[in-house]
Amino acid sequence: MIRCLVAAIGLSIAATSVLAAAPIEIGVGYLGRAGIKAKLSLVELPAENDGLAGARLAIEDNNTTGKFLNQRFTLEEVRLKDEEDVAKAAAALAERAGFIIADLPADDLLKVANALRERGTLLLNAGAIDDRLREQDCRANVIHVAPTRSMLADALAQYLVWKQWKRWLLVVGSHDQDKLYADALRRAAKRFGAKIVQERTFEDTGGARHTDSGVTLIQRQIPVFTQQAPAYDVLVAADESEVFASYLPYRTWDPRPVAGSAGLIPTSWHAAQDQWGAIQIQNRFAKLNSRHMSALDMQAWTAARMIGEAASRTKSGDPKAVSDFLKGKDFSVAAFKGRRLTLRDWNLQLRQPILLVDGRMVVSVSPQEGFLHQVSELDTLGADRPETKCKLN
Amino acid sequence: MQVELKEDGLRIWRYCLFSGMAVWLAAATPASAFIAYVSNEKSNTVSVIDTNSWTVTKTIKVGQRPRGIEFTRDGKFVFVAVGDDDSIQVIDVAKQEVVDSLPSGPDPELFALDADGKILYVANENDNTVTIIDVEKRARLGEIQVGVEPEGMAISPDGKILINTSETTNMAHFIDTTTREIVANVLVDARPRYAEFKRDNSEVWVSSEIGGTVSVIDPAKREVTKKISFEIPGLRSEAIQPVGIGMTKDGKTAFVALGPANRVAVVDAVSHKVTKYLLVGQRVWHMAFTPDEKYLLTTNGVSNDVSVIDVAAQKVIKTIQVGELPWGMTIAQP
Repeated sequence: MIRCLVAAIGLSIAATSVLAAAPIEIGVGYLGRAGIKAKLSLVELPAENDGLAGARLAIEDNNTTGKFLNQRFTLEEVRLKDEEDVAKAAAALAERAGFIIADLPADDLLKVANALRERGTLLLNAGAIDDRLREQDCRANVIHVAPTRSMLADALAQYLVWKQWKRWLLVVGSHDQDKLYADALRRAAKRFGAKIVQERTFEDTGGARHTDSGVTLIQRQIPVFTQQAPAYDVLVAADESEVFASYLPYRTWDPRPVAGSAGLIPTSWHAAQDQWGAIQIQNRFAKLNSRHMSALDMQAWTAARMIGEAASRTKSGDPKAVSDFLKGKDFSVAAFKGRRLTLRDWNLQLRQPILLVDGRMVVSVSPQEGFLHQVSELDTLGADRPETKCKLN
Repeated sequence: MQVELKEDGLRIWRYCLFSGMAVWLAAATPASAFIAYVSNEKSNTVSVIDTNSWTVTKTIKVGQRPRGIEFTRDGKFVFVAVGDDDSIQVIDVAKQEVVDSLPSGPDPELFALDADGKILYVANENDNTVTIIDVEKRARLGEIQVGVEPEGMAISPDGKILINTSETTNMAHFIDTTTREIVANVLVDARPRYAEFKRDNSEVWVSSEIGGTVSVIDPAKREVTKKISFEIPGLRSEAIQPVGIGMTKDGKTAFVALGPANRVAVVDAVSHKVTKYLLVGQRVWHMAFTPDEKYLLTTNGVSNDVSVIDVAAQKVIKTIQVGELPWGMTIAQP
């Protein structure tokens, strides 16, 4: 009798403990720099929570799934002030988060990657597009969700070549990242058979981006700057610093379309993207944030969804297990791009289609038809396996 | 010279006689005409196809973004989910026009009718719910919280279990139709879009568009027992995106629409082996059998047409132009 009672009690305890089993807590950090990026166009000024808002939505999506799997995701944001030590901040964040979504400049990201190397924290690069982070400076603890400059440049080049706009007038800004983008565009031109008929540099002589009589002056400057060019089909601008590219459309000396940093722009995401079920995420995002979803939002969403996807597949929140799954051959993620996204195992870059947008609409999506590849057409964008300089570990 | 002419003439005469007989024979066979309704996602219309003449006999204007489409059990009405209008419209088959609408919840896409045709379960992509509707009273009975972006809907042959697939959660949710609660969640590959039961309740198949597979689930154990994958020479695996599934009543043969691979896979539903790929139109979405299972019709989104497959011969025999971006299809039971 007593034995029965004990057994019954034991059984009921077991049953309650199953029911009340504490969910697996999965901490995700978001590490970025404070401050708003400069933009020529007011409508393109990023929101204060640019990127973070995307991660938040993915955490919500992960938790909807997580309630069926007894997993709970949390997000902690750290915004660094100018002088703050990024490695120290990352180490403190890593105390609470096994995963860190990073929106950091390349040098900062490397500092964080090196600082967290022994700890086993997985970094997901949502912001930096520098090719070197996936090539000579690649790290085994960093997965790259943001596309690279060369992926963006290749996506644009494929379309321009498909359109038979093969003669490019390349205009490059005078800052370092403008030059890096120009490098990627030169490489893309060569790769896909376009010809750069001439290059010009647009010097940043300083000055305000927004002035009271701006248009009058720009309307005089740009035609003069673009005159006497050899015959060309399209003006391609490399201006990541937002100094001049948005001034080019409709103001060139010759009536030619503009692409690159203005006009037809390659990007990982745009608020106008509505194909492949994308309306669902655009609606969810707008409902939560009362604004449009940017490329950085999407990159952060995808990063957090990758963690969620791996956690539900492995039924684990352990960074090592999740990281192994993400790097393994069974990983793929759906991100409203019409096909599954996978990781390049040689440098941990996420393969992805690139949208070409004109600011209001999605004009096309690369890779373009006819650009073939023996493994994945997505590998026609960016550095491919045989060219890689990356040695993981 | 003359002899040859004579022979030719004879041959033609014989041919005419023979083909004339064939025509007469065909005419003499009782025609089994069925009516297929096709939702055209972009043109906001429903095309009505006569399966005897294989022509579009009527184009009905409906609300915005029609996708999921289904005949009522009595065959008198067709329900069509018009997602951008947040409702399900009711087409009167006799009048061939929209006569009413149901309160479906936001952005309905696919739905399932219970065996009696009295209760409608609707997947609402926008707010992670399944809405339950009393068809007669035109009233909402309740909601079930499911995963992110609910899409595929299927009811088990015994009516006890409703399957809902959620596209971003990547699960098939098993919902008890009596208690209206989730009783199991089965993880499948990425972006599950469609669920189909075998008539004997032995298996439920779930297609994963982005994962590129079909998961075969044992409804009793509620676990994946087999994954069917597809390989087409010359096509990258990313282009193979399973969506609609058609299963013959005997549970022996299944057809799986492979989206932008522009093909329908024929699968031996017993061994789960792919036996053939049939080339159809571009971005094939969904499909429906004629009630005699002689023909299977598929909607081809990008090429704006419907392919007709001869089920026994496993061949595409016809293509019918419909509206823009045809998506869903339903065929009346006799």
